[in-house]
Amino acid sequence: MKKVLGVLLIGLLSACASQSTQPTAEVEDKSMGSSSRSTESSPTTGAVPNLNPLTDPNSVLSKRSVYFDFDSYVVKDEYRSLVQAHAQYLRDNGNARVLLQGNADERGSREYNLALGQRRADSVRNAMTLSGARESQIESVSLGEEKPRGLGHDEASWAENRRTDIRYQGE
Amino acid sequence: MQIRLPEFPPSVAVLFLWLISAPLHAALDIEIFGGGATQIPIAIVPFAAEEKLNQSITPVVAADLQRSGLFRMIEPAGLRPHEPVEVVYSEWINRGAGALVIGSTTLLPGGQVALRVRLLDVAKQVQLATYIETVPAGQLRAAAHRIADMIYEKLTGDVGVFSTRIAYVVKEGKRYALQVADADGFNAQPVIEYTEPIISPAWSPDGKQLAYVSFENKKPVVYVQTLATRTRKAVANFKGSNSAPAWSPDGKRLAVVLSLMGGSQIFLINADGGGLQRLSQSSGIDTEPSFSPDGQSIIFTSDRGGSPQIYRMQITGRASGTAERLTFEGSYNVSPHYSQDGKSFTFIHRNGDRFNVAIQDLATRQVQLLTDSKFDESPSFAPNGRIILYATEVKGRGILSAVSSDGKTRQQLSTQAGDVREPAWGPLPRLQ
Repeated sequence: MKKVLGVLLIGLLSACASQSTQPTAEVEDKSMGSSSRSTESSPTTGAVPNLNPLTDPNSVLSKRSVYFDFDSYVVKDEYRSLVQAHAQYLRDNGNARVLLQGNADERGSREYNLALGQRRADSVRNAMTLSGARESQIESVSLGEEKPRGLGHDEASWAENRRTDIRYQGE
Repeated sequence: MQIRLPEFPPSVAVLFLWLISAPLHAALDIEIFGGGATQIPIAIVPFAAEEKLNQSITPVVAADLQRSGLFRMIEPAGLRPHEPVEVVYSEWINRGAGALVIGSTTLLPGGQVALRVRLLDVAKQVQLATYIETVPAGQLRAAAHRIADMIYEKLTGDVGVFSTRIAYVVKEGKRYALQVADADGFNAQPVIEYTEPIISPAWSPDGKQLAYVSFENKKPVVYVQTLATRTRKAVANFKGSNSAPAWSPDGKRLAVVLSLMGGSQIFLINADGGGLQRLSQSSGIDTEPSFSPDGQSIIFTSDRGGSPQIYRMQITGRASGTAERLTFEGSYNVSPHYSQDGKSFTFIHRNGDRFNVAIQDLATRQVQLLTDSKFDESPSFAPNGRIILYATEVKGRGILSAVSSDGKTRQQLSTQAGDVREPAWGPLPRLQ
């Protein structure tokens, strides 16, 4: 139950996008193991009407944040299945459009950090197109250091802000 | 190459200029640190009848000159000449004044004010300059800045920047405001206010427009806004991110950074958003362009060599497109801005865990660190090249600061509330 709550929380947080002020590091995507089960049990259209897989907390698609190491824009292995799940959703739903918002921690130049955030968005985009999403479905942009989710001036907040968020059109 | 820190005298003079803030004129408090050894001793006598005006002139003139770090104020101490015939030079020599400013104000019917100001050389006992102007009573501060400019130019041989304006972003709670204020922080006016971030304001060379980056549409988009009419246009709103606007010296084009063709690369567009043309070609990050005053080249930040460093690229002629690395000291040099004479550039240098303002001479390649604070950002030159305005942090709050380009004088500018960041110094009004 606790886990479901955590996942729900993340769904809510990502629904309100980067406006969030709550630190979410402790609920970041540790529940990846449940992903295969949840995608199987919640097909895009099916027995449960009105349940959008993008917001269904049991679906990996409700997870929207990819975190990066310091000074890195490599999508880590632990986020591969998350990114692939979104790529598959885009492949299966040709009308779906996604905005990838890259972020950077606050240290250094705002414009240079904007470019670093762009790289983090671009690497998620590249991973998605390699997994079958079409280029035209994806826009990768950067919020640089301007929309921090972690508001502290410490490593925990900085790690929280080295991140790409996945937002679907209309969200 | 050597980096050296400015030497500050052991007894750093700290002057607090308490600028009175009227409700509609949110002022920046200004503190001055240091001061050159060769300050000009100047006495400014309160002008005749200025106490009857809604705005006294001489306190504004004195504050301007003091902020430059080049002047030392001599108290008139009871002496009140307003006309040259009333000046007894020996009394001013005794007080140590090198220059003397006297004048009068006359309130005319219809609300106009006639100003008559004289700048006198005490040692030579001659008049150096006269300033005569009739202004509306509502524009007395502007007139005071022009008088300060006249005094500064006569006594230093340099162009005064007291009549210029600055732009900056204030974040207060969840609100962001791009503001324009006089160079002394008075008359702050909002240009645009949002609940989403605004960064990278850049003045058009004629001072009539501001380019900036707004995140109001879930991503960075470059806008150009005309100050007088408040009309604005998205000049770079391509797929991906659009940022880092810099005006060409003729004001006809902007360099911008787009992710349109992959990565973050520098492009040229016309000021109306047309005529897109790619400038930089690298697989890395190229950003933060700044035009040379002759418009022939740009300097910019790039990580093409593995760490962010500053490069120069010719953008016209046969050598167009070739980039030359300019910074070599340290692993993080960013945010370059050309000086108006094109001989140097200011930038941010990471020095251990500190981010400091530095200046590099383009001919000698010599670098001088100008600050020793913790988080400095966004340095830009005053139009006379004597002062560099930048953002820094004091007790977790963003404030504006300025340092003389020789590193000898520093001053802090801060509003009463909010985080202030992203300063940009506007051009000289004579160009408008």
